Amino acid sequence: MSAPQAVLLKDGARLHLQHGPIDLIVGADAACASDRTVAFDAARTRFETVLTELTGELPLLRTGITKARSAPAGVIARRMYDAVRAHMSRSFVTPMAAVAGAVADEVLHSMTQAAPLTRAYVNNGGDIALHLSEGQQFTAAIAGLTGAALGQVRIPAGAGICGIATSGQGGRSLSLGIADSVTALGTSAASADAAATLIANAVDLPHHPNVQRQPANHLHPDSDLEDRPIVTHVGSLSQGEIALALDRGLSMAYAMKEENHIHGAYLNLRGNNRLVGRIPMQSPKTDQEVAYG
Amino acid sequence: MSDRVIPEKIRCDACPVMCFIADGKIGACDRYANHGGDLLRLDPLTIIDNAADKGIKAVPFLQGTDGTDWDGDLLRADTPFVTAIGAGTTYPDYKPAPFIVSQDVEGVDMVTVVTEGIFSYCGVKIKIDTDRHIGHERAVVRVDGEAVGHVMTSEYGSKMLSLGGVEHLTGGSKKEGRVTCDALLKLCNCDAVEMQIDDGASVVVQAGQAPVIDGTPEQLMRVGCGSATIGMFAAQWVGHVDEVIVVDDHITGQLSEHQAGQQLDVPPTGIKIMGRRSTPGRYFQVAEPGTGWGGTDIEDPLAILKPSDAKKAWPGLRLLMVSTTGEQAAYYELDGDLTPVSKPMPAPLQASADRIAENCEPSICSVLFMGGAGGSLRAGVTENPVRLTHSVKDSLTLVSVGGAEAYVWPGGGITIMADVLNMPSNAFGYVPTPALVAPIEFTMRLSDYAALGGHMDEVQPIEDVDRPDVRKVGQIDPKSAPSDRRNFRWKDTP
Repeated sequence: MSAPQAVLLKDGARLHLQHGPIDLIVGADAACASDRTVAFDAARTRFETVLTELTGELPLLRTGITKARSAPAGVIARRMYDAVRAHMSRSFVTPMAAVAGAVADEVLHSMTQAAPLTRAYVNNGGDIALHLSEGQQFTAAIAGLTGAALGQVRIPAGAGICGIATSGQGGRSLSLGIADSVTALGTSAASADAAATLIANAVDLPHHPNVQRQPANHLHPDSDLEDRPIVTHVGSLSQGEIALALDRGLSMAYAMKEENHIHGAYLNLRGNNRLVGRIPMQSPKTDQEVAYG
Repeated sequence: MSDRVIPEKIRCDACPVMCFIADGKIGACDRYANHGGDLLRLDPLTIIDNAADKGIKAVPFLQGTDGTDWDGDLLRADTPFVTAIGAGTTYPDYKPAPFIVSQDVEGVDMVTVVTEGIFSYCGVKIKIDTDRHIGHERAVVRVDGEAVGHVMTSEYGSKMLSLGGVEHLTGGSKKEGRVTCDALLKLCNCDAVEMQIDDGASVVVQAGQAPVIDGTPEQLMRVGCGSATIGMFAAQWVGHVDEVIVVDDHITGQLSEHQAGQQLDVPPTGIKIMGRRSTPGRYFQVAEPGTGWGGTDIEDPLAILKPSDAKKAWPGLRLLMVSTTGEQAAYYELDGDLTPVSKPMPAPLQASADRIAENCEPSICSVLFMGGAGGSLRAGVTENPVRLTHSVKDSLTLVSVGGAEAYVWPGGGITIMADVLNMPSNAFGYVPTPALVAPIEFTMRLSDYAALGGHMDEVQPIEDVDRPDVRKVGQIDPKSAPSDRRNFRWKDTP
């Protein structure tokens, strides 16, 4: 069985941690250079047991949240549970909806506890936990399904945004909806992760003939979504249908914003988008064309 | 009946998640799959972290290791032939290709240079076995509303599409490029792509599968054109029927006028067909192209008949009309006014229609990757790139794509075509440029490699790259053996 891996990326400013399905890119800036090393050491040490802590409670974490359910024991599992509990009346949700964000939060927490950092982030496959001290900012590019930039979010310190998460048809996770991507900003990566997952599920056209679905457990027998129909292919859609699907996600995003679960969300489907909250968005750069051949 | 046991779900033990993986599916990490009951490592192609090439330093995770346990997600295929799949690429181009592998093949020191080429200039040529009208020549083929290519032509029993190419990858809008790249990637990795043809049909194309035209899967490829069908089956009809018309958008055949009918002394019947007569018994353009009988737009075959010639036709005349796949067939007899009236099909005629269908091959989509290994990637093979081109033309170097046989076009450059079905799964990747990343291998004698200015210092024995995490696949194309001496000009020298 594979062990956790750690690789310092070429610039020395980023650390890649990988174990099983978890891939983290970790960055840290500090006034004193040795503090980055301390923070990276802390991240690596914390990461050693992250996956085994989670797998110990997997059956519980893969079960839908109800009021009667007891909270899990692990620190990361508890982060997941807390992030999704707020949404249990909205739709079916399991703690797994926040797993990526919760891992990012926990690893970031270990780093900020270990050393004074001006700026740090843990990017878990697009779900990002952020630490920004005063005057710092963090810029994230939102990519479309093909990898091309849809735009940039520039997050300033002091806005209370500590997590960015993206869900949708791109990436590894299964989605019950058809959104190309939904990016949510929250007070933690776990809460942003849960929100992005549920909003992306809500961007949908039930029973549309061009949307192909399969029971989740046909693709992944262990899926927490059990036999719920996850989207496997989205064929052509009319502009009206695209707008209808986006507006379904939009109303869920509004409700989450009203209840202060998210700061904002950015929904994308086929080049169309919807924005909730004040997200500091910028248009995609156009000067990054590279020619080969 | 098949005795093949369907493999059960397997428990992946690669990490503590211990995923249950069903056959053909992947685990939660996207790195491991159940391939026919075997756990297979299939890292997504990655060229972003070409570790060694970019001087990335590995650090030990735990004390006591030196960090080399992280291999940057390399994935390579079958031994003894190492394909370029997952090999990574070298950009910029002057660095040696990721793997230059030597091995002894029947006493000859062979070297294979494997690299994943980034192809901004590439596309696919698609052959769709159908007579149905899917669009006119030059009609634009769209995916998600973006132009990705066009209808080229109709060849025997098939429609040909050309998708991709520099005009769509980089010559149009950014979205057009992205959609084109995505469609090419899916087609090359044998996934299904739904496309719409301007003023034509919606077609789902997947390599090795039947095309789905306007929602209906195509069944059979025509046995021949209408005229050829008359020629093949004339002897089986004589005695059971007076006239046979094989409806075909290209060449509709008429038994009594056709040379085959003449030789069997079939008398003239006075049945007259619309369209333009080419030679006796062969008619062009009997109707408009469509998705009805024999690739025409007609659903009622009588629509292609003109009133019969009263001097030759007779009441009670027996008429069979059938399509080029035998999937449609109808039987008529002329009434007192010489008008065809539908009657139950006599058994021998039904048998002949079934025989036509029986002789049709299943309708399949074929996808050939086509690209030019022009400027850049040749430099990863040799310091003197044009010598590689010459060496390929001189049959001293063999080009393969993911281990599959590649057809090398005559003329300048190294322009190749290869059948994606002959490659291991997920052989292709992409970069957001947009461009496809295709595996390409150059195989030659070590001495020839040295002569063309190869990176001799980079050559490593095959044993060194055959590590436990290498993905191994069985031979897919039985004809392809890139290291075999028969491929080379020196094949007859001892």
